[in-house]
Amino acid sequence: MFKIVDGPIEGIDLEHEVRTDADGAVIVFRGVARRYSRGRDVVHLEYEAYAEMAEKVMRQIADEIKSRWPVSGVAIVHRTGVLEIGQASVAIAVAAPHRGEAFEAAQYAIDRLKQIVPIWKKEVWSDGSQWIGWEHEAQVHPSTNVLLQTDVSQGR
Amino acid sequence: MSETASQARICVQVRLFASYREAAGTNRLETPLPAGARVRDLVELLAARLPAVKTAPGMVAVNHTYVNPDVELHDGDEVALIPPVSGGRF
Repeated sequence: MFKIVDGPIEGIDLEHEVRTDADGAVIVFRGVARRYSRGRDVVHLEYEAYAEMAEKVMRQIADEIKSRWPVSGVAIVHRTGVLEIGQASVAIAVAAPHRGEAFEAAQYAIDRLKQIVPIWKKEVWSDGSQWIGWEHEAQVHPSTNVLLQTDVSQGR
Repeated sequence: MSETASQARICVQVRLFASYREAAGTNRLETPLPAGARVRDLVELLAARLPAVKTAPGMVAVNHTYVNPDVELHDGDEVALIPPVSGGRF
């Protein structure tokens, strides 16, 4: 399952999507909206996606994972719209025969998602708002960073 | 490219998101270009109207695939200007 959803994603059973009887490990990662960001109080978050492309790039990430680790299943769901603090914006599930590759693959999935999947986050504070770019994330996996231009800094 | 094609025009569908969408006040633009135009030509054209394309440069996708600025555009292409993606840390 690779999907952009315009509503809560907590209830989606991703483990069921990825687990096979050959698996000894299932990792389910959820990224959730956090109250504090760079010293400011977040009122809520807004996510926007280029849905058709985002789902395609999520599939590409799963293909990258399967070429690197012996995992049997990957699923990624990302939410759009307004999120209150504590709600999940993204859920990723990875199943593999052993936990080592499952943890590594899940970490790769979320790092890579933040690099190349066309989804944007806006932080809304009590006194303003801002679209958040990739200033922290560009070098997470340099070896696979081919899609990123060298000059992507936001200059702020 | 034939000689007649050099006179011709193409039209691409531009999709705008997040900061670019807000700056433009719209999420779609239909943009005519000379035949043979490349991605960089479109970006230059749009930067005049949308300075953020230059000040906060991102990536460009044509028909849902990231491309480099030298790629030639064709009539009917969907071109997305992708501002820097979500980032931040969970």
